[in-house]
Amino acid sequence: MPDAASQPTRSMMRFALPLGVFAALVVLLGVGLSLNPREVPSPLIGKPAPPFELPLLHQPEKSFSPREMQGKVWVLNVWASWCAACREEHPVLADFARSGLTPLYGLNYKDQRNDAIAWLKRFGDPYAASIVDVEGRVGIDYGVYGVPETYVIDKQGVIRYKRIGPVTPAILKEKIVPLVAELNRGCEG
Amino acid sequence: MKDDLNLASWRRFDSLRTGLGGSIPVPPLSWRAWRLVFLLVVFALTPAAFAGEAKPAADDPALEARVNALAEELRCLVCQNQTLADSNAPLAVDLRNQIRERLQQGASEGDIIGFMVERYGDFVLYRPPFKATTLLLWAGPVLLMIAGLAGLYYRVARRRREVAKPELSGEERARAAALLSGKADVDKR
Repeated sequence: MPDAASQPTRSMMRFALPLGVFAALVVLLGVGLSLNPREVPSPLIGKPAPPFELPLLHQPEKSFSPREMQGKVWVLNVWASWCAACREEHPVLADFARSGLTPLYGLNYKDQRNDAIAWLKRFGDPYAASIVDVEGRVGIDYGVYGVPETYVIDKQGVIRYKRIGPVTPAILKEKIVPLVAELNRGCEG
Repeated sequence: MKDDLNLASWRRFDSLRTGLGGSIPVPPLSWRAWRLVFLLVVFALTPAAFAGEAKPAADDPALEARVNALAEELRCLVCQNQTLADSNAPLAVDLRNQIRERLQQGASEGDIIGFMVERYGDFVLYRPPFKATTLLLWAGPVLLMIAGLAGLYYRVARRRREVAKPELSGEERARAAALLSGKADVDKR
């Protein structure tokens, strides 16, 4: 029989310990829930943008290769007419294009040419040009798994930033614009 | 609508025939018989309609088995709790095709795993590699088991100490001694 003096501390321990474990678990799971599992860190950041040669949406006889962009900071946005989130980010990209900070290219991913052209006509075309990736092979090389995705590529052709999902005004202002400005400054000196 | 009425009247013909011993004109075949004929025709045509479906997989069973084994090891990034083999997301289909193509070109399993990790990171692997960032992931279960065993040992040791305490009063002791020495009448009282 335990003596009377130790009784209260013993029973306190009996509740405090599971409660503590429970609280720790709640904190752990709470943090886990607030993380976005879609944001997988891309292994492509800091690596050269994969080369490709693909036709342009509006001029299929002409082709585009990232090599042409050597010496320029540019933004590549993966989009499609079937992608609902692309409509959501469209005004943000239009803003960015209007700022004329750096060229914005579109990679039209697994889309129908007619649908894509109609989509741009309807909502406005923010891209210097759109590149057609019908089969999604270039998309695979760029690790695309959720359209829209946006890449910032520096003057050496290295991917410096990747956004999975729509670009929001906050991301444009806080991440993309400062990064582009810095990259543009960096190599002129 | 007209067809429905027709069918209904056919059925009524049928029931009248059985009810009144065939005095009312009936279709040459009963509704049930027609239904049987219809089903037989459908069943007869079905294999022909789908005969081409399973062909690609049967082309080279050994290759397909390798493709599947690899696809089981890789995560589909679109529906993240499915493997490439389980998922029917368009990207999973594309990636399975890539795996098949690369195997046909003579790539090894290791090459293909490397190809995927290069693009999507370690996250595509259902068996994450053992390195600094995944240390807790791998060691976690062992650490939890050690903590559990330590807790269990602590409790068992404490209980054993409590049980070891003699809890018999002097009188009980005397009775026990009497019983043990063979004086059974003490117990009967």
